[in-house]
Amino acid sequence: MSDTVSALQGAAFEGIARVEEAGLRGMVTFRGDLTAAKVKTAVKAASGVAIPGQRGIAMSGEGGAAAATGAAAATGAAAATGAAWMSPDELLILVPHAEADAAVATLNDKLSGTHFMAENVSDARAVFTVTGGKAREVIGKLAPVDMGAFGQGEIRRTRFAQVPAALWMHGEEAFTIVCFRSVADYMFGLLRAAAQEGSEVGVY
Amino acid sequence: MSTRLANGGRRIDRTRPVEFRFNGKRLKGFEGDTLASALLANDQMMMGRSFKYHRPRGVVASGSEEPNALFNMGEGGKFEPNQRATTTELFDGLSVTSQNHWPSLEFDVGVLNNYAARFLPAGFYYKTFMFPRPAWKHVFEPFIRQSAGLGRAPDKETLDADTYEHFYFFADVVVVGGGVAGLQAAKTAALSGAKVLIMEQDPHWGGRAMVDGEPEEGFVQRLVGELEGMDNVTMRRRMMGAGVYDHGYLLGYERLRDHAPMLAGPRHRLWRIRAGQIITATGAIERPLSFAGNDIPGVMLAGAVRDYIAEYGVSPGDRVAVVTNNDDAYRTAIAVKKAGLEVPVIVDARAGGGGELAREARGMGIRVENGKAIAKVTGGKRVKSVKLCAQAGEGAVLEEVACDAVAMSGGWSPVVHLWSHCGGKLVWDEAEAMFRPDESRPPLNQNGAGFVRCAGAANGALDLGAGLADADAAGKGAAEAAGFKARGDTLPDLAQDDALPIEPVWMMPQGAGPKLRMKAWLDYQNDVKVSDVQLAAREGYESVEHTKRYTTLGMATDQGKLSNINGLAILSDTLGQAIPQTGTTTFRPPYTPISMASIAGEARGEIFQPVRRTPMHAWHEANGAHWEPVGHWRRPYCYLKGEETPHEAVSREIRATRASLGLLDASTLGKLIVKGPDAGKFLDMLYTNMMSTLKPGRCRYGLMCSENGFLSDDGVVVRLDEDSFLCHTTTGGAERIHGHMEEWLQTEWWDWQVHVVNATEQWAQVGVVGPNSRKVLEKLGGDVDISKDGLSFMGYTSGKLGEFDARIFRIAFAGELSYEVAVPASQGRALWDALWDAGEEFGVTPYGTEAMHVMRAEKGFIMIGDETDGTVIPQDLGLHWAISKKKEDYIGKRAQERTFMQSSDRWQLVGLETVDGSVIPDGAYAVAEGENANGQRNVQGRVTSTYYSPTLDRGIAMGLVHKGPERMGEVIDFPGTDGTIYKAKIVDAVFYDPEGEKQNV
Amino acid sequence: MLILECPCCGVTGEETEFHGGGEAHLKRFGPGSADTDFENYLFMRENPKGVHLERWRHVNGCGKWFHVARCTVTLEIFGSYSAQTLEPPQEIKDAISAKRPGWSWRDFS
Repeated sequence: MSDTVSALQGAAFEGIARVEEAGLRGMVTFRGDLTAAKVKTAVKAASGVAIPGQRGIAMSGEGGAAAATGAAAATGAAAATGAAWMSPDELLILVPHAEADAAVATLNDKLSGTHFMAENVSDARAVFTVTGGKAREVIGKLAPVDMGAFGQGEIRRTRFAQVPAALWMHGEEAFTIVCFRSVADYMFGLLRAAAQEGSEVGVY
Repeated sequence: MSTRLANGGRRIDRTRPVEFRFNGKRLKGFEGDTLASALLANDQMMMGRSFKYHRPRGVVASGSEEPNALFNMGEGGKFEPNQRATTTELFDGLSVTSQNHWPSLEFDVGVLNNYAARFLPAGFYYKTFMFPRPAWKHVFEPFIRQSAGLGRAPDKETLDADTYEHFYFFADVVVVGGGVAGLQAAKTAALSGAKVLIMEQDPHWGGRAMVDGEPEEGFVQRLVGELEGMDNVTMRRRMMGAGVYDHGYLLGYERLRDHAPMLAGPRHRLWRIRAGQIITATGAIERPLSFAGNDIPGVMLAGAVRDYIAEYGVSPGDRVAVVTNNDDAYRTAIAVKKAGLEVPVIVDARAGGGGELAREARGMGIRVENGKAIAKVTGGKRVKSVKLCAQAGEGAVLEEVACDAVAMSGGWSPVVHLWSHCGGKLVWDEAEAMFRPDESRPPLNQNGAGFVRCAGAANGALDLGAGLADADAAGKGAAEAAGFKARGDTLPDLAQDDALPIEPVWMMPQGAGPKLRMKAWLDYQNDVKVSDVQLAAREGYESVEHTKRYTTLGMATDQGKLSNINGLAILSDTLGQAIPQTGTTTFRPPYTPISMASIAGEARGEIFQPVRRTPMHAWHEANGAHWEPVGHWRRPYCYLKGEETPHEAVSREIRATRASLGLLDASTLGKLIVKGPDAGKFLDMLYTNMMSTLKPGRCRYGLMCSENGFLSDDGVVVRLDEDSFLCHTTTGGAERIHGHMEEWLQTEWWDWQVHVVNATEQWAQVGVVGPNSRKVLEKLGGDVDISKDGLSFMGYTSGKLGEFDARIFRIAFAGELSYEVAVPASQGRALWDALWDAGEEFGVTPYGTEAMHVMRAEKGFIMIGDETDGTVIPQDLGLHWAISKKKEDYIGKRAQERTFMQSSDRWQLVGLETVDGSVIPDGAYAVAEGENANGQRNVQGRVTSTYYSPTLDRGIAMGLVHKGPERMGEVIDFPGTDGTIYKAKIVDAVFYDPEGEKQNV
Repeated sequence: MLILECPCCGVTGEETEFHGGGEAHLKRFGPGSADTDFENYLFMRENPKGVHLERWRHVNGCGKWFHVARCTVTLEIFGSYSAQTLEPPQEIKDAISAKRPGWSWRDFS
């Protein structure tokens, strides 16, 4: 299928931080017993990383993208794979968009006979990046999270104003935010408002 | 007159003049001025008129406690009423108008109220405007609304031109107040390594110490420098601690652009702070004295008078009389004298007079009168003189002293608001005549421990040295309570002030008669006088909360910052009880009013609330969609073509769909994947039907009830494979039903092997509906078999439809041959476009939610939310066929076994056909014989869905009617609100294609 | 506004991340049960002044349900614990007893 499109097709805004819709990413919701050896092997096979600990995210190949900007960053991140801890029995597996179904197939194959669930949810999501020295402040205006204490390797599921979302860092001063696709416009509007010119808080 | 002095004014920059407009007049001030100081510098002592009596009023205070100097500020999109002049920083181009007068500030018709004041006592409205009742609405209320009130309401059509935002912040210790106590407490706490935030509502650090003397030369500057150099300290000016709430939640109100509206950026920022520990170093507020004429412009708080002199180089008058019951006000007399102005007399109500400061004042040649009082102030729009009397007497005038300003001090009250907001208790300090925080009863946090402490004057430590020591201890205590190892700082060595104690003076003179009491103001903004509180007490108002509401004492926008203590002292005195017995009214946030827009934050305009869009949203928008909100979703109600009305569009869409081919964006339907060995068992519990027997590749319509038995949701369940199901929910039900499933799985049947994922937005879904639906899908090609036998009615298949990764369900909500095609959302728009192109030869017509509703009603299908309202069980809707008899249990089954649910005496679903073909109005009730106990007509049913059916060219409806199914053919009456009686025959609810032939081709 | 700790994902978050779910430890009565049992299960709720055991869901977070022991007067939190249990664990009971000696709630004390 050649005509796949993300919700906002790469919309961007430059204010006190750079806000960008990051295009399509492959995402698989995995639910099952995260402590089972079989599951660990299967997740490693599908995501390329070991299952991260509580509220952890492990990515391979994403860090390099942070140094780049714009399209290069988006391409770099989109090529990365990894896994994020979503709850005691849930992971979010990240792969390139075109490879999500293959990841599901890998999991189904390796875990056949076990009780688990692997569902491609790539298109149910919108992905944004917020980058720059004031990125923490932009997020701190919208999410009830201590952004002064937020670091790399951590994923936080929370709310951004009125919608649920998750965030992690893909580099120094670089954040990835994931929300539902239907509210992509709302999320972009929020981030744009929070990044408006002259709105630096000056604490981070 | 009030004027700018030749020298002085720490805050102003005389090299930078600023021009502003007051009631249209161009006036000049300096950068660093407040609006109040600039007006005083221009001899504009009178700044407004009072709320009730329209008396001329001048500025009383110099800070946020100011009750009188309120202005309409700005114009157009920047207009805001009731802005305090004392906290408004002057900027070039500022434009203000005074409030509450007509036609002008100088000449005001409403002042007639003043002369009728004796007829307008406390409770006047309650007593007078009771009868005749209609007179309230037509005479009294319009009159009161015209004459009372403060600023003008903003124009309702004009949008606020500014933006606002929130900011979440977390700190171990938050210090509210940037005077010397706050700065010291912050430093001591920060030395422990704790993360500290300190905020100051003013643009400057240092507080009163900058006027009354620092602990040592350069103390504030040094402390600010040290704090700025610490990585663990955040410092904010122009930020007020607005309120303290449970579990260490604190609101900080930061005014970013009020002083610089020309700069880009948000106007206010509301900080939503979680503090481990809070220190309130909010200082103290000076109390007025209650003597006759204490509201005449020129009568000011003593502290404010020296603020204006020291901070802004402004003198409130050439001859300033000082009246006090404590030593502190002598500082004002000394400051006035040093500024080269006259102090004709210091009136000290204490028979023994003052201490060291009094000696200093005398030494400067100032006349001091001990044991004396002000009987009365003379003057109208400006003070002319004070008449002196003995404090112990009834007000016999001893002499008259000419002056043009009066500086008064009735002592200082600690600002205990933030301490009290979340439950901190107070004690009455007899010696200092003030309420102070009771350290043993602080507000409690999530661990049951105190999380607020007060420091300095806010804690009742009015003496500078004692205040610093108190602040140091508070900083250390807070850091320790937050889990840090702390020690005290080295403090400057300060001698205790040699001051004589305050003597409480609640009425001046002590024996003032009714005439004087009627002119002695307690609450300036709401025009409440000593006589009003005394009247309330005489009329039986003993509780301070009741007295407050009866007299409106402390209910104005200043929330009684100046008046409350004086008012409750008068009440106590009248009731003959001690002040602590009377107690205080409740302190509620915010400390001073904050902008409504800051509370809304970013939630305005486009991002007021989330609007959910499907992948095809842009197409709909470009093609005439007439939107309907469904939950947070926007769905096309219909698509308008040319000049047609929505009603015409709906009829067109239905005809085209039934005749050939329609497309519906059904992406909003909830799609929950339920998987696991126990998935069938789980769905059997959730649905009233049997789902575990569904074969892979088949679809079944199912009903869900609440545990109380009532219908909650419905939709088609698809068995994708042996252990996974796809449950469709209603558009509004996806998140709710997902939560419902998780709730039962996590909290009741946690041993069942089932997982649920909400895949609603993963799929874009299109209803392809009408006799040509198969043809258009076949035209797209691919490897899926959608032939009559390949995909039979209620069947499911998946595969390539053209180039799309499709799931296809052959289900028919409109009663035609139809398919629902789901593809990943990223392919949704492309699928829609492909169907659009392929359907051109069939006259493809997109249709909206209303056409969908009408077509399902023609088929007699129910709609959750129309036929159900939370009181309807499936049996009421004749859905017995969807309730499994074989199952021992499902959610709602036990509830449906209750006798009144089993009764045949319920309202049940039927079709309704108007006799004349008209459309029954929405929500109409069917009337029955007789009346109920309230004299209302009895009812026997109601309409649940009613439409014009273009297919049948007549009105059709469904409704719940008492024993309806037993009454086929009977005609019942539905009175409309227009007076028409709609006669409708009870019929079967399936109006169109009852045999179901159309969908089975 | 409360802050709660989710025992499932370990996040300490403000109340807006959570959704209250009423009384904890309800025992379900289904078909065949007596009217009074069913009525008690469906409608009758504790409304204590003091110690309360209640359900919360980390709705803007990990999505999991959990239980909280909380004082309805002071809003003090004694602890949060798994929803997959029929009674509060001993350490929660001990935490309550330490602060509210002699407490009782339904059958627990």
